[in-house]
Amino acid sequence: MSVLCEIRNLSVTYRGQKIPALNGIDLDVIAGERLAIIGESGSGKSTLARAVAGLLPSGSAMNGKMRWSSGHPLQPGRDLGFVFQDPSASLNPVLTIGEQVAEGARQHLGLSWNRAYSQALDMLQRVHIPEPDKALKAFPHQLSGGQRQRVAIAAALAAKPGFLIADEATSALDMVVQAEIVSLLDELVREAGMTLLFITHDIALASGFADRVAIFKDGRLVESGPTGTVLAAPQEAYTKALIASHRDLSTPPLVREVAS
Amino acid sequence: MTLLSVENLSKRFSSGGRQVAALHDVSFMLAAGETLGLVGASGSGKSTLARILMRLISADAGRIRFDGGDWLALTGPELRRRRAKMQMVFQDVLGAFNPRATVASVLDDPLRIHGIVPKNERPNEIAGLLNRVGLPASYAERSIREVSGGQRQRIAIARAIATRPSLIVLDEAVSALDVSIRGKILELLVELQEERGIAYLFVSHDLAVLRAVSHRIAVMDAGRLVETGTARQVIDNPQSSAARALIAAVPRFATGTSAGISEGHDS
Repeated sequence: MSVLCEIRNLSVTYRGQKIPALNGIDLDVIAGERLAIIGESGSGKSTLARAVAGLLPSGSAMNGKMRWSSGHPLQPGRDLGFVFQDPSASLNPVLTIGEQVAEGARQHLGLSWNRAYSQALDMLQRVHIPEPDKALKAFPHQLSGGQRQRVAIAAALAAKPGFLIADEATSALDMVVQAEIVSLLDELVREAGMTLLFITHDIALASGFADRVAIFKDGRLVESGPTGTVLAAPQEAYTKALIASHRDLSTPPLVREVAS
Repeated sequence: MTLLSVENLSKRFSSGGRQVAALHDVSFMLAAGETLGLVGASGSGKSTLARILMRLISADAGRIRFDGGDWLALTGPELRRRRAKMQMVFQDVLGAFNPRATVASVLDDPLRIHGIVPKNERPNEIAGLLNRVGLPASYAERSIREVSGGQRQRIAIARAIATRPSLIVLDEAVSALDVSIRGKILELLVELQEERGIAYLFVSHDLAVLRAVSHRIAVMDAGRLVETGTARQVIDNPQSSAARALIAAVPRFATGTSAGISEGHDS
């Protein structure tokens, strides 16, 4: 078990804000693990993702340490892929799908356009886009939301990074598509032995495949540990409340049932 | 007593020169005081159906009877008057409000437009509505932008009940909320229903939310209503592949970790 990134006493305050978005975080990201960062609005979970990826907006004040096993911060696009919540905002509307997926490999792996393009075709197959050769020539608006998110994942993985961050990557999608995308991420990360940082507000969704979970609230780390341990024996009141507020199909309904 | 009946409703949109059936021959009934959960994936037609019901778009074919009358035949002042009985709560509440509005003005509009109470009683009525949805009366003076997402959704509910409707169409009304707030809003909706006999058509892609509040569930797939039954029938014994896919997609705690969820949260 080797630590990929050691985060110590990390605080982030956005420009113009008095209250820090992240406050005194200590957390290790272990190489090859699937780590879920769980929290509600304002918990700081997306700020953590951005800090780790080096994607904080300019003017943000960052204190504390992030020590990478490689000795230097990972380079977004090459060492680290990032999948955002809204694929229509992260894809360029005037470039074809092929150009966008090929770009990463061309730029970071130094492939020719031809090689990068044929690798893009392979990536689209791996994210299970139907008719990938046609999709290469399509524009983002011609695809559904779920297919666009598959393309965004293909683009994030084009340079074969060792580390993938998915920031609420499934929360704008409907449930059926969400389940498909989560299983795709799980499959890709497993095949390539990648490290995955999965940011979500849904503790049950994370429990399905994360090795470890870290629960955030109001910019602080509430607790972290192996998924099974935290879910079976949560130590903190907030974690218990979060688990209790989950609803699934076995939760007793709020209305009286009608006779069939 | 049947409050709403939808008969053979169809709607086509043209997309890139092709005709796409957004709704195909959809029929269902809703009783007074009942909740029908309408579930389906993106593009299944559930929002089109909600918009036709609200008379935001027109249907190509079919009939809607609401409160004993032909709902699609209503026009002008008569439609405006009867609209008080059918209200709507959206997912994106901020987008549904004038951003410059105060909470008081958001609630004053329906009271004034529909003449629910005389002018001098409106401040009292607004205070009562706010209290009813769990907010202090002092919130009336705040700007709609100053309040949190959960509070804004409570205000949207207060606005919807202001006109004393018999039906509220809830379109993904809790999907954008944090889970801890979501449960409280669902509880509020159920309380209001029990107290006032309001019927809900609750449109969502989240079957777990619909399971919590629905008496019956209708499943849509590619513009068709493929299955209708009691909530328990549809979830325990789904007949359509669409229902089975929606059930399988609901996140649940992985096996072996159920200790944490056995604590009831309905108390």
